[in-house]
Amino acid sequence: MLVRDSLDHCVKCTICESFCPYSQATPLFPGPKYVGPQAERFRRTGSSPDISVDYCSGCGICTQVCPHGVKIAEINSQARAQLWEERGIPLRNQLIARPSVVGRLGTPVAPLANWTLRNRVLRRLGERLLGIHRDAALPLFAGRTFQRWARKHVSPAAGRTIVYFHACGTNYYEPAVGQMTVEVLEHNGFHVVVPPQDCCGLPLQSNGNFPAARAYVQRLAANLAPYAREGCAIVSNSTSCGLMLKREAREILDVEDEDVAVVSESMYDLSEFLFLLHGRGELRTDFKPLELTVPYHAPCQQQGHGIGKPALDLLALIPGLRAIELDADCCGIAGTYGLKKEKYEISMTVGERLFSQLRESNGDVAACDSETCRWQIEHGSGMHAVHPVELLHRAYGLGAA
Amino acid sequence: MNEAHGRLVPASYDAVVIGAGLAGLTAALRLAEEGQRVAVLAKGVGATHLAPATIDVLGYDDGPVDSPARTLPEFADANPQHPYRRLSIDLIRASLDWFKACLSDHGYRGGLDQNLLVPTAVGVAKPTALVPETMAAADLRQGGRFIFVGFRGLKDFFPAYLADNLARTPLPGGAAVTTRVVELSPPLGVARDVSATGFARRFERADFRESVLAELGRHLMPGEIVGFPAVLGLEGARKVWQELETRLGHSVFEVATLPPSVPGIRLYETMTGALRRRGARLVVGTTVAGAEGSGNRLEGVVAHTAGRPLTYRANSFVLATGGFASGGLQLDSSGEVREPVFDLPVAGLPGPEEPRFERGYFDEHAISRAGVAVDASSRPIDGEGTPVYENLHAVGATLSGAVPWREASGNGLSLASGYAAASAILEAS
Repeated sequence: MLVRDSLDHCVKCTICESFCPYSQATPLFPGPKYVGPQAERFRRTGSSPDISVDYCSGCGICTQVCPHGVKIAEINSQARAQLWEERGIPLRNQLIARPSVVGRLGTPVAPLANWTLRNRVLRRLGERLLGIHRDAALPLFAGRTFQRWARKHVSPAAGRTIVYFHACGTNYYEPAVGQMTVEVLEHNGFHVVVPPQDCCGLPLQSNGNFPAARAYVQRLAANLAPYAREGCAIVSNSTSCGLMLKREAREILDVEDEDVAVVSESMYDLSEFLFLLHGRGELRTDFKPLELTVPYHAPCQQQGHGIGKPALDLLALIPGLRAIELDADCCGIAGTYGLKKEKYEISMTVGERLFSQLRESNGDVAACDSETCRWQIEHGSGMHAVHPVELLHRAYGLGAA
Repeated sequence: MNEAHGRLVPASYDAVVIGAGLAGLTAALRLAEEGQRVAVLAKGVGATHLAPATIDVLGYDDGPVDSPARTLPEFADANPQHPYRRLSIDLIRASLDWFKACLSDHGYRGGLDQNLLVPTAVGVAKPTALVPETMAAADLRQGGRFIFVGFRGLKDFFPAYLADNLARTPLPGGAAVTTRVVELSPPLGVARDVSATGFARRFERADFRESVLAELGRHLMPGEIVGFPAVLGLEGARKVWQELETRLGHSVFEVATLPPSVPGIRLYETMTGALRRRGARLVVGTTVAGAEGSGNRLEGVVAHTAGRPLTYRANSFVLATGGFASGGLQLDSSGEVREPVFDLPVAGLPGPEEPRFERGYFDEHAISRAGVAVDASSRPIDGEGTPVYENLHAVGATLSGAVPWREASGNGLSLASGYAAASAILEAS
């Protein structure tokens, strides 16, 4: 239990408090120090977590800025699981935490499902019955899965093989991003393998259902591990799901599993991998100019990788493209947090700093590595948002996916 | 199946700075200004968020220091191991000038020739070389009639305590100070954040300022100088402060609070914003825990990431990880002192038979001068005075020989040593 032990390093310096975007937005979250290391001392002596811990979004900024290595967000995440274990997880949280189940149900009936999602009356009903806020940024079903495309796609034989973990957002909502990822990797001389895969369990983890989250991540890791054992790198364009496999399954869920361990070591965020490739002089740089101003937002979960902002370095390789690094911390969505009726307003308040930076940037298109953050950005700022790989794909002249 | 991906390395930088406190940010920004490609790697945010944003070069020697410029030569002679021994007056002066220009939006006042004297949150008259413009009217050297403003609900700021202590403090030249206190109760809104940052955010809002102005205006007497806790806004601090001065018709200043330090947050935001604009990379939340090199040349540093260690290569490196308080130096239970990133030789340690600590908390503890010794180019040296690496520089609280909290020299040392290391790197390249 290394995570919970780290609380003893807390010297109450308040640095986490001054950065937390959520305690600034709502009195219901008293701040990472109070809810984290301070309350944890009581929880460890048998006190139950109180509901304030559910108002932590798990964005992880507190852990990143802590100068003493206290795993504040991770402590909160574990306390949240204890809270819901004691109280029972609400139906809404069970539903929105299973994107692959929702995706499998919605995909075959996409036109109807999307009509429902856009219908104001039904959204109000959904808010009343399920507690999903009527205005929250829900994505639309693509109607065709990425997996279906990948099964038919023949990746050209190449000297190097890479495994692509596309995650649920790509599969059910943004299959085009998956195709672009594959084509960018193939353009750089990789044979791309897309193994069968399901949800990584991250939404279940952030909604406090650790047993189900562990089952999902272990199943996923079992599918990916054979490739990792052969020395293949695994890349993902879903930065938060990639972080789940890299670290959170081990640190937050306490999963001690050989498959997870080996996958964790081979897991790369897509931008991280491409930029490392560039560092070795192996990234193709036959980019056509793109005369675009692109404000870039690094999602909190991307920052959790501890790798800086490789997407910015990649975008800088495209002639004509002017990337602007935004410094707002969080868009407010935090996966499923901002979908919830009682948290939507908080989520929009948190995101406002980012939205106004985007509006002031005079950008043509926003870039961001996380799908849920892109949906929130489009909802909050009105600016179209793409994964950085979409801009690379366009600059390579790989055509419309 | 395919070649191991473990050999992937990131692109090289001109300079990698480890630590994001004032010393690290200073070195990084100066290098970035000169066109170097810089990465700043930090375990977390540094002491900027804890310390007042004043630049204390030398506040105390035997007693309060009136002029750092006059005192520093004899101070350096009397403390041959002190970092100020290597940092010339000209260099310290240049670092202050650079800092003032770089933070021009903060309107820093003062200089090396004459310390200002500003009240702390507990009512001590503290000598300091530079203060942001929002603190300048606090200067106690001319005396004056001061009124200190408190806010109902604001955590850790007690104006009566401050005012009583300050009124009893003898000032140089017999300057006469009178103090009194007013506590205001502006509406705090639904957000119950009672920290200094919470109040600073409220001061960014016009409606909150209006209620403060309306309530305070009734209490002021002509000629009074008005001291607020340092919560007068974040990005908009200059405008907030100017508006208060104009609308009240009184001089207004801020008193540094207990952490979180709002003026320190402004300093951090300005410096990191400038770094971003200059294309530098700031990675907060990564721990550097190893080096790669051949012989006496450092090739890269190894940082922890979520997945696997990541090597950052560069031509030069700056160690700015701080002292014991931030983990830049570690003291284990057997009494051993270590520098954990490069395992550099630690100097300034008491001898084997000498006590490391005295009994009183505020006593002079021998171990407090422990740290990394450096040469004229700010490079860590071993016992023989030879640089450990030809391209590694150490700055700030990691350095041996200083006792910043007794000397009131912390930010001054960080600024001057960060500036000096950047100068050495620029000269060498």
